Amino acid sequence: MGVERVPRVVRDVPSRADRRFDHLTMAAGLSVLVLLSLVGVFLLLQSREAIEITGPWQFLTREEWRTDVQPPRIGVLGLLCGTVLVALVAVSFAIPLGVLCALFITEYSTAKTRKWLTATVDLLAAVPSLLFGLWGFLYLTDKIVPVSRWLTDHLGFIPIFATDEGSNLTGSIFIAGIVVSLMVLPIVTSVVREVFAQTPPGEKEAALALGSTRWGMIRTVVLPYGRGGIVGGSMLGLGRALGETIAVAIILPGVPVVSWKILQNGGATVSGFIANRAGADEFTVSGLMAAGLVLFVITLATNMVASVVVARSRSGVGVEL
Amino acid sequence: MSVLTTPRTDPGQRPGSGPVRPGTVSAPSFHRRRPRERTATDVVTLVGSLISAYCVNWLIFERILSGVDLFGFVVCTYLTFLVIFGVVTADRLGRLVATDRVVTLLVVTGALVVLVPLVVLIGYIVVEGLRALRPNFFVEDQQGITPLMPATAGGGSHAIVGTVEQVGLALLWSLPLGIAAAVFLNESRSRWRRPVRVFVDAMSGLPSIVAGLFIFAVLILPYAQSNNPLFGYNGFMASLALAITMLPTITRTVEVVLRLVPDGLREASLALGASRARTVWSVVFPTARTGMTTAVVLGIARAVGETAPLLFTAFGYDLMNSNPFRGPQESLPLFVYRNIRKPDEAAIARGFAGALVLMTIVLGLFAIARFVGRDRSRRQARAASMPRSTASSSARSSTP
Repeated sequence: MGVERVPRVVRDVPSRADRRFDHLTMAAGLSVLVLLSLVGVFLLLQSREAIEITGPWQFLTREEWRTDVQPPRIGVLGLLCGTVLVALVAVSFAIPLGVLCALFITEYSTAKTRKWLTATVDLLAAVPSLLFGLWGFLYLTDKIVPVSRWLTDHLGFIPIFATDEGSNLTGSIFIAGIVVSLMVLPIVTSVVREVFAQTPPGEKEAALALGSTRWGMIRTVVLPYGRGGIVGGSMLGLGRALGETIAVAIILPGVPVVSWKILQNGGATVSGFIANRAGADEFTVSGLMAAGLVLFVITLATNMVASVVVARSRSGVGVEL
Repeated sequence: MSVLTTPRTDPGQRPGSGPVRPGTVSAPSFHRRRPRERTATDVVTLVGSLISAYCVNWLIFERILSGVDLFGFVVCTYLTFLVIFGVVTADRLGRLVATDRVVTLLVVTGALVVLVPLVVLIGYIVVEGLRALRPNFFVEDQQGITPLMPATAGGGSHAIVGTVEQVGLALLWSLPLGIAAAVFLNESRSRWRRPVRVFVDAMSGLPSIVAGLFIFAVLILPYAQSNNPLFGYNGFMASLALAITMLPTITRTVEVVLRLVPDGLREASLALGASRARTVWSVVFPTARTGMTTAVVLGIARAVGETAPLLFTAFGYDLMNSNPFRGPQESLPLFVYRNIRKPDEAAIARGFAGALVLMTIVLGLFAIARFVGRDRSRRQARAASMPRSTASSSARSSTP
């Protein structure tokens, strides 16, 4: 007919209740934004004093932490070294175990064992860090020291297993790393499990139909598909391990050093070191803030790289980190 | 759980010359092939490999070398077992099957190894904790306790009160804010959603000790001279630090739960003329309620065990202080942390008693969270088994 067909314009006129709702939730969202930025800004502001007195380059590259001399000589390198070593030890135990556990949950178990094992891994995540530290300090140390002794006696020619002559093997980065690995394990397992569970069943069935064994199917389909998830989950675990506080504070002696000798007593991590300085004076707090800031930046970078890796991989789309 | 997973073959026969030969398929004695079946030979191979591995290692370590500690023995026996089992299976069924079965064993062991530390940890804390845990732990504080007194003297009631108050206050601050922020992230169309999400994600990586340090540096240190008890070490400051650590966690978990609510429900509500506020309040929240409860309970469980943010804020105190706004306050994690670092045995035992109470609370909360989650799935199952009642339960059972 003569009527011209004009697409109907849908107008969105929010009601008064809607507008109030919008404002309310927006206020909440923005206040979270503001609050968290405040933490970041104050971290920066408070750490300025320490960094200005020591000099930014010296602060990053100095190993020792002494506030009893004038001018104070504080630096974050020894702390960072300990932090990274503990996290690496933790991750090198947690990744293989986490992948095996995830494989078992997704490919090998029956529905019932799957439920139990998932609950167990969740439970491991729920146990407070303090209890892990307590257990590691008073129980696990005695069990690990003979292993460390054996490693350093027989494999001492490898640099990371070397120790100084007659040194004490308790309170080592190795022990702290093992305890932290138990805390990292749940996050690695759950990310890897989620990725494995998304493997297209068609491809798995195709591999089986072509006559492959279950391991053949896993090797050719599940593992390549889940590679991004494994890498991302490991980095996420690394990020978690870097920030671990109380367990490390209990186990390590808290003396910052730059050393590869992970089997012997010594070392400190940033967060554990901060925890051991409760009630400090203003300058020390400023220095601790600066150390915390460095740690925060590193953790943030690790976590961001992890989420990018997972999101870019074929399997990671839609996996929540 | 089936460990051994290839088609059945008679002992000694290689696959390919299996029991069902072409031409005899229609014979009445047809053996139904199952993809996962374990024959007597498989079991014998498994057990035999284990026994021979044990014997070999016993011979080497006890007779030839002079002993080894238990850990080394177990590891060596396990490795020998894998090798023997692999070689025997390869001889019986070929290399492919052998690899498959060895990997299966490895995966099963890996899953079992995860269980071991958890069981040992819980068992250790229970055993050590029960030594000093007496009913008076729940009613007394540490008044008049000297290092020479037995571990059962005194208690941790002040710590329990402190934990309840601090976590309660922290929830009061972080729960409304976190849920509202999650609603903002998931239900609104604001262009500020992205930055908020990025910040929440970034802050969940903030080490919890830094949150405590932040409160200390901003609210306690500058007022050190002012003698105002509100800006000193107290439970209120601890609750603020806890709230900062909880906020990103609560926001993220609640957002994930909200995202699971099907869009169809929202659209139905909007199509019926409800405002968006009404939709969130009457459709999204009730649908996501169990999931949100689980998330919040797990959040509490995490916060109860947090020690790091309290070190710089609540500081710890040996006597009962039930006023969270004035003076240093104890909490269970601090009680444990401070006691196990003391040099005397009795204090360490008291620390273990506190650890047992703390662990019981955390595991109890965990069990509650799982129970709430399971309750929903059971209701779903019932709804699914009763097709008549779909009208009343459709909203609930469509929750993923």
